[in-house]
Amino acid sequence: MLSRTASDLYWLSRYLERAENSARMLEVSHSMAMMPSGRTAEQELAAPLRVTGTVAEFWTEHTRLNFAELYKFLAWHPNHHASIYHCFRRARENAHAVRGRITAEMWETINATWIELNRMRNNPPDLKPFCDWVKERSHLWRGTAYGTLARGDAFHFLRLGTFLERADNSARLLGVKQFDDNDGNHSLRDYYQWTALLQALGALEAHQDAYGGRLDSSTVADMLILRSDAPRSLRACLEEINNILSQIRGPQGRRAKGIAMILLAQLQFGAIEELQKDGLPKFLDEFLLTIDNIGDEIRQSYFEAV
Amino acid sequence: MSAVLPPPTGVFDEMLLDARTPRPAYGTYHQWLANVAEKELRAKRSEAELLFQRVGITFAVYGEEEGAERLIPFDFVPRIIPSAEWRLLETGLRQRVAALNAFLKDIYSEQAIIKAGIVPADNVMCNAQYQVAMQGIKLFRDIYAHIAGIDLIRHSDGNYYVLEDNLRVPSGVSYMLENRKMMMRLFPDLFADHRIAPVEHYPNLLLKTLRESSPVEDPTVVVLTPGRYNSAYFEHAFLAREMGVTLVEGQDLFIKHEKLFMRTTTGPRQVDVIYRRLDDAFLDPLAFRSDSMLGVPGLLSVYRAGNVILSNAIGTGVADDKSMYPHVPDMVRFYLGEEPILHNVPTWCLRKPEDLAYVDAHLAELVVKEVHGAGGYGMLVGPAATKKEVEHFRGLIRSNPQNYIAQPTLSLSTCPTLVDEGIAPRHIDLRPFVLSGKETRIVPGGLTRVALKKGSLVVNSSQGGGTKDTWVLMDDGVTDSKESAPC
Repeated sequence: MLSRTASDLYWLSRYLERAENSARMLEVSHSMAMMPSGRTAEQELAAPLRVTGTVAEFWTEHTRLNFAELYKFLAWHPNHHASIYHCFRRARENAHAVRGRITAEMWETINATWIELNRMRNNPPDLKPFCDWVKERSHLWRGTAYGTLARGDAFHFLRLGTFLERADNSARLLGVKQFDDNDGNHSLRDYYQWTALLQALGALEAHQDAYGGRLDSSTVADMLILRSDAPRSLRACLEEINNILSQIRGPQGRRAKGIAMILLAQLQFGAIEELQKDGLPKFLDEFLLTIDNIGDEIRQSYFEAV
Repeated sequence: MSAVLPPPTGVFDEMLLDARTPRPAYGTYHQWLANVAEKELRAKRSEAELLFQRVGITFAVYGEEEGAERLIPFDFVPRIIPSAEWRLLETGLRQRVAALNAFLKDIYSEQAIIKAGIVPADNVMCNAQYQVAMQGIKLFRDIYAHIAGIDLIRHSDGNYYVLEDNLRVPSGVSYMLENRKMMMRLFPDLFADHRIAPVEHYPNLLLKTLRESSPVEDPTVVVLTPGRYNSAYFEHAFLAREMGVTLVEGQDLFIKHEKLFMRTTTGPRQVDVIYRRLDDAFLDPLAFRSDSMLGVPGLLSVYRAGNVILSNAIGTGVADDKSMYPHVPDMVRFYLGEEPILHNVPTWCLRKPEDLAYVDAHLAELVVKEVHGAGGYGMLVGPAATKKEVEHFRGLIRSNPQNYIAQPTLSLSTCPTLVDEGIAPRHIDLRPFVLSGKETRIVPGGLTRVALKKGSLVVNSSQGGGTKDTWVLMDDGVTDSKESAPC
């Protein structure tokens, strides 16, 4: 496969995954903001900005943070890297560049998404229906890709982008909750926050299955970091990344494969108590750095090859 | 009830013999049309537009905001060609393209046609499209134009004429294929009621032709595009996908040891055949335009060494140039010893003083074209032009006569088309695509372009033209899909 095409496919799915994650994050903030709380709504609403690393960017353009502004910023901003609109635009640009390499149905799915998004833009729907729509389009894209694309390197690079982005986004979301949780008191409010986090990461059902009625910071961290049952957990993402890297043809990518394997082993054989002892924030920071590293290695060995 | 408005007198209409009677090939369709409400047809048209938008069958228009994408208007009233007519056209197309390829081989080797005094030497040697670099290269199978698009029109006398040969990078075939797909989706019943020759195997025939262009046993074929801001990018991506080959840009290619490679995730991979959708001038910044960012430095030397096939070859433009056009019938006689089956439009070459004098005196009745122009740019349609435009052109042709040819204003045939005023006659042409490999392959029909403005003769998409599906009706004489199917 052409190096340029591999890169375009990889970024195409990274942007789509990012759009979906931004929508998931908006939904959590939305439900959290409706909870009675000791804290100001502003504190609550700042979380998605912290996760996406757009706090500074937000405050250069705004003087106050309320829900409508947050929605506008994360969903419709034309050019910051986590805005859903921007992500879809970049994804569609990448898809356009590789439309000879993806199936006609995949191209139509993403092109139709882009056309519809622009139609909505003049008169944006409410947040909840919009987030539902984003997730639906994301599911549709994934289904179309799984259902129509040949199982070759194009497919592998698409999935590689998805899981690298997902690992990054899941870790960031987890990190935010950690900062909020350092007082150690498990209140009713915490319960709702954990639930919202599980929901955002599509892991609520998996958690119930695994732990029954028990729900605290340990079970949630275990679920989202070390177990592989939830499809957005860190370990699940790393398992996929390792699988995919081993399936890509050719001798390239030796270092990326090595780093990914070590990280996976750390998750496979780690225990939540150990992670908590050293501090989850530290672990998550290191995790994010390693994911960045893998991304760099992938770029160097496949996209800038020859 | 949808009424079909009759054509102006003196114009050949593809559907109507007179105001009420359809031609035999249109019998069934005409009746079907009479029973459909116009409202329903307009609804179908909106549906088609939505689908085209969604599928992204768009083209970029030069001079508009970068990345601006437009739809080519699609008209669902098909152009129907009876099988006997098509057989004649097909034979004529094979003959013409064979002669054009023989001519290209000749002028880049012995130049017998010049020595025989049939084509003037300066017409070839001083032609900007003539590529000295091609002189003396032996091409596999002696084929220069593997892909040719021949523009035909039907005159009021009922005969077809060749308007123009396109031997460089003829485009439009993707619209032929997408139009057919759209018609089958919108009007499945019509396909049950007619025996329409299929065209969907074109990409397969194209791939076969490209593979046969190389002596390599299992050649690696790529499509070379200038990139996604090119007006025909959709077609490049479409054809690459349909053929299952890689779509590359110049930046993906590099040269090492006189061979061409593409950069892949598994390392360099050698390329044997390039279906290039890039003009000669942009192919190799070392040999042609040095400012070209689109080509591959050193490509020409690899080509000359015989290590890669370019399809079409470099320098084919010399044969489809409008100044060469008047000589094509003589090429048929000279190389094939046959009388041309397809006729040329009578043409005045303004580099001849007597022709210039005639054209100068009759400018307002004639069509004047730039010798190297394309896409409907830089031409004068005398009868449709204002006095000022005519005088402007008079200045142009007097100061640089060899740059122009002139032709009588042809009355292109019309085909009923859904427009604001109803289903009204609009002028059309036809571009069949001729593939030359081990054998010559043509899918029945081609791309029908239609001038949507009333009375307009300019069918180019860049000038507001649209397209139609082209149906060649099968009878016992037209090969059945089974026989013409690929592989």
